[in-house]
Amino acid sequence: MNSTVKPSSLADVAHAKPAKVSVARALGTGLETRGVHAWFGKHHALSNISLDFAAGTVTALIGPSGCGKSTFIRTINRMHEFISGAAMAGEVLLDGKDIYAPGIDVTKIRLQIGMVFQKPNPFPSMTIGENVLSGLKLAQIKVHNKEELLEESLERAGLWSEVKDRLGAHGGSLSGGQQQRLCIARALAVGPQVILMDEPCSALDPGSTLRIEETIRQLSETMTIIIVTHNMQQAARVSDYTAFFLSEGGPGQMIEVAPTSEIFSRPKDQRTENYVTGRFG
Amino acid sequence: MSTLELVVPAPRKITTEPRRSDKVFRGVVTAGGLSSLLLLGLIAIFLGYRGFEVLKQEGIGFITQSDWAISTDDAGNVIESNFGLAAMLVGTILCSIIAVVIALPISVFCALYLNFYAPGWLKKTLVTVIDLMAAFPSILFGIWGFLVLMPSVEYWAKLLHRNLGFIPVFDMKVPVFTRSPFVAGVVLAIMIIPIITSVSREIFSQAPLDRIQAAYALGATRWAMIKAVVLPHGRSGVIGGAMLGLGRAMGETVAVFTVLNIVFQINWQMLLGAGGNVASLIILKFGDASPYEIKALMAAGLVLFLLTLIVNGLANLIVKTTGKSGR
Repeated sequence: MNSTVKPSSLADVAHAKPAKVSVARALGTGLETRGVHAWFGKHHALSNISLDFAAGTVTALIGPSGCGKSTFIRTINRMHEFISGAAMAGEVLLDGKDIYAPGIDVTKIRLQIGMVFQKPNPFPSMTIGENVLSGLKLAQIKVHNKEELLEESLERAGLWSEVKDRLGAHGGSLSGGQQQRLCIARALAVGPQVILMDEPCSALDPGSTLRIEETIRQLSETMTIIIVTHNMQQAARVSDYTAFFLSEGGPGQMIEVAPTSEIFSRPKDQRTENYVTGRFG
Repeated sequence: MSTLELVVPAPRKITTEPRRSDKVFRGVVTAGGLSSLLLLGLIAIFLGYRGFEVLKQEGIGFITQSDWAISTDDAGNVIESNFGLAAMLVGTILCSIIAVVIALPISVFCALYLNFYAPGWLKKTLVTVIDLMAAFPSILFGIWGFLVLMPSVEYWAKLLHRNLGFIPVFDMKVPVFTRSPFVAGVVLAIMIIPIITSVSREIFSQAPLDRIQAAYALGATRWAMIKAVVLPHGRSGVIGGAMLGLGRAMGETVAVFTVLNIVFQINWQMLLGAGGNVASLIILKFGDASPYEIKALMAAGLVLFLLTLIVNGLANLIVKTTGKSGR
């Protein structure tokens, strides 16, 4: 698959899915949330989010702080439940199967839906190489081609050429941007269909940010990506679709979702327009 | 000056004048900080001063020989005396090592359970109970060990002897299974579990959340996450906790005195009912000791004090050399 299949203009969007069928098998059939609500104790943080993420697309979630974007993506790989008192309702379907269904092995879900965090968090006691392959060890997966996998993961994360001569160095010796790409490589090594990125560039300088955006564009050819960002230029640069979240005193809601260029050029909702033009938020 | 040459100045002296309140507070804190050092120093000097005569008399034999005998005439003058701590030192080390070996895994598992598995209400209850255990008087542990543990521990001791007897420490020549260092070690283990648990729990709870989340997000099971993140982070703290426990076990007096048969003969066979430790020797002899024997007991106290200091020093060294990698 190459990037020409991607919807390059809005008119293509409707036809984009059929064009991707051949790839979709390897990618899975995408991810879907239905009526997702989230609570922290009594606080209703997120209300009724239904969103489709087609396989092989990049979706940006934008909106002011506290609107529930991060909470939302954390419900998608079941990281939400680690916070004590956290609760959720609704369904998250991966390849049509509810990841919250009883009897589901949650560690398998997290292998299919990887995550990259706001702050780069490589394991400091491990070397660069060990960091990349740490997921295999953590999830007790045995592979025969470790060397290949290591190179491939770092290559896909755009870090291979920079670290190939010092794979034995500690992860902490890299710069912030390199550490974040190391974390992306680490997430890639376990072979996820979907990668969630929670403001992956907010702790990075502009140069590193651009490198990561390039990485995201390349990755989107082989996987589904959901990225939370406060940077609207970033959303415009990397995403195929953009969803605008907003909390107006109550729980966070999704105001609008559309192809990215549409959100930024002619949003349907006045509040979206206010936000993307910088009039508030 | 017309020249463009840059004259590099000497670095300035940077000073600051603290406020009055800060000075006062600094004084208070300094006094608090140094008082423990002062107390420790005074105790060491006191013990050294009182024990000096005996130490001089016995020389190196005080720690290499195993004997404790004094004979006096009717007027209370010392005719002959012979003091040696070797058996008590061996007993001290043996009992406390047994205690740590038993207590450490239990405490670490307990701390992991409390931090990562126990439901909230149970966690609170357990923490209270464990803290209570730490405040429990040691004589009660001793009596419990004597009345309850001793009869049942005999079975385990025999089991160890039968199956692991080929290892010297588990072997024994005379079948006397009660009042052994093993029983004392078990009692001590129960006494030091709270402190090791508490230290481990604290350090485990500080394991960085971002790395815990990273591990989970990579499909780690809870145990895999603990192995990859929590244990490397907590290792030095756990060692520190174990050393605190070891220190407490080495200095424990009453509990050991209650369950242990004090015999002045070096005994490395942990199941054999003979042994002793320095502290229990002191309590055994202190009540009816002549003035000269008291000096000997003070000297014994000094030796124990130094032993504890050495162990703590070693602990610091271990923590320093192994501490960095996990962070």
